Amino acid sequence: MDLANFFIQLLNSVQYGLLLFLLAAGLTLIFGIMGVVNLAHGAFYMLGAYMAYALTAAWGNLALAIAAGTLLSVVFGWLLEKILFRHFYHRSHLDQVLLTFGLIYIFEELRSMLWGDDVHNVAVPALLDWSIQLTDTLSYPAYRLFMLAMCSALALALWFMISKTKLGMKIRAGAFNSDMAQSLGINIVRLHSLVFAMGVALAALSGMLISPLSSVYPHMGAQVLIMCFVVVVIGGIGSVRGALTAALLVGLVDTFGKVLLPQFASMLVYVLMALVLLYKPEGLFKQ
Amino acid sequence: MSTPQGHLETLPRSVQLLMGLGLIALLSFPFVGQDFYIQMVTRMMILAIFAMSLDLLQGITGLVSLGHAAYFGFAGYVLAFLSPADAPASWFITLPLAILTSALLALLIGFFVVRTQGIYFIMVTMAFAQMVYFLFFDNKELGGSDGLYINVRPAGWGLDFENKQVLYFFTLACLVLTYAFLRRLLWSPFGRTLNGIRLNEHRTQALGYNSFNYKLTAFTLAGALAGMAGYLWAAQSGYVNPELMGFHMSAHAIMMVILGGMGNVAGALIGAFGFELFLHFFKDLPKVGEFDLGKHWQLWMGTDCAGGHHCTPRFDGLVAPQRCGP
Repeated sequence: MDLANFFIQLLNSVQYGLLLFLLAAGLTLIFGIMGVVNLAHGAFYMLGAYMAYALTAAWGNLALAIAAGTLLSVVFGWLLEKILFRHFYHRSHLDQVLLTFGLIYIFEELRSMLWGDDVHNVAVPALLDWSIQLTDTLSYPAYRLFMLAMCSALALALWFMISKTKLGMKIRAGAFNSDMAQSLGINIVRLHSLVFAMGVALAALSGMLISPLSSVYPHMGAQVLIMCFVVVVIGGIGSVRGALTAALLVGLVDTFGKVLLPQFASMLVYVLMALVLLYKPEGLFKQ
Repeated sequence: MSTPQGHLETLPRSVQLLMGLGLIALLSFPFVGQDFYIQMVTRMMILAIFAMSLDLLQGITGLVSLGHAAYFGFAGYVLAFLSPADAPASWFITLPLAILTSALLALLIGFFVVRTQGIYFIMVTMAFAQMVYFLFFDNKELGGSDGLYINVRPAGWGLDFENKQVLYFFTLACLVLTYAFLRRLLWSPFGRTLNGIRLNEHRTQALGYNSFNYKLTAFTLAGALAGMAGYLWAAQSGYVNPELMGFHMSAHAIMMVILGGMGNVAGALIGAFGFELFLHFFKDLPKVGEFDLGKHWQLWMGTDCAGGHHCTPRFDGLVAPQRCGP
């Protein structure tokens, strides 16, 4: 592998890792604070991508679609938490699995009724529809760079929010010990709504950002959900720092695996997870 | 408190009677039913074996596995690989081999997953099942996304699975044997220990039991039984594809066990039949005006699992004798 190629793969793996981080951060916080197994997290990602498709088709502007879609998904997540998830925090994991699996069915069917079962494409905005020539044969699309920048900015903002602000302190307290946080006067009910809405919005936003690159198709959430699980297991439940490390690690292993060992690429990430389980069954950054 | 909970697995007379009647109905069905329905009931019986194997983990040991379909599908692939292109494979060689390989796969994966608990266990079983899924999905030599065909169904010892009635009765025999085996296991010291692990793992460890070994054995055994079901499924349908190991298959099995009631084996058995009947009911819903209710069966199924359970938090399954304790 020459240097240019290596560089491209490195960029791709960081971009994939950061995207996984945006998804897994919401998931790990929902696990950590509310103790909910959310199998529907991948469905939020799928709904985000379809929202980007539908809104771009209607308005012809991806940026506008992403802004509106993010707002919509915050409201959607907030409502969903209020109506459904709130009642499942203290139920068994099995009940939560049942609820969220049912939600996958519902969201997939609604998606099929609204947009059909075909694969759709979202056009790359004209402003970003060019590429950087690296060598005579290799080039890098500008939209990927834009995505890398967006994901980095979001990840930085999330990191800042979690580790530097008062709200972030409350969230960390909630993830560390929910009961204790509540008895210290933190409004845990509102915190739950907020974290859930944020998780849904991040998942939907990741789906919207990736839609011009990966096209939009049914069941696109399932694969991503499992990758998020792997990230959460490696990073440790409830740890945003762990999710970031694990997501970047998974991104690297997956992207370079596909180049260097194509036959076993899809297995490598799971081998990594198995190794972590052997030596650190609670994840790398269990709090 | 431990005494009443210990009796949770005894079946009330009504359920015992129902099971007896069900057995008679299953025994006599092929003599009256059409081929289509014989195949349908065969599939239900296979899924019942699958659900019972999961109940060993989910209901008896308290391990919620979201990746149980991996062992189910894997055994089906073993049959597909061992079947010659133009001659029947002998079932008395391929069936034990399929069960054995599924058990080995479960042992290998179990070695990693049994270390984890709760949410972790759910996620990790699901992730490993997905790993097996993608191994088959991505490799053309292993059938790829289209799967593999079993041109001639297995035969041997005077039984030819091409004959639908023979396969039906063979499956019924497997079903009865699996049920008897698991019920017997439930009352054995081994089964009691698994129950103890579910109720309080730390206390069971304190009593001197190595819970890791017990859980790993249960996981392997459940994988072997799921393999038996998967083998029969492949023999019945004549082809295998990666969807057999998919996430939906695993989740359906969980729902069957919940619908029927956990931890007493009979519940999983009845739940599998109930779940399949539900599914057919939803898929066969009529058209109302322009709107085809049956086509959107996933919506009703989803609403049923998300909402139905939500509204009846005390629902313990169809077979839930004596609810007591916390």
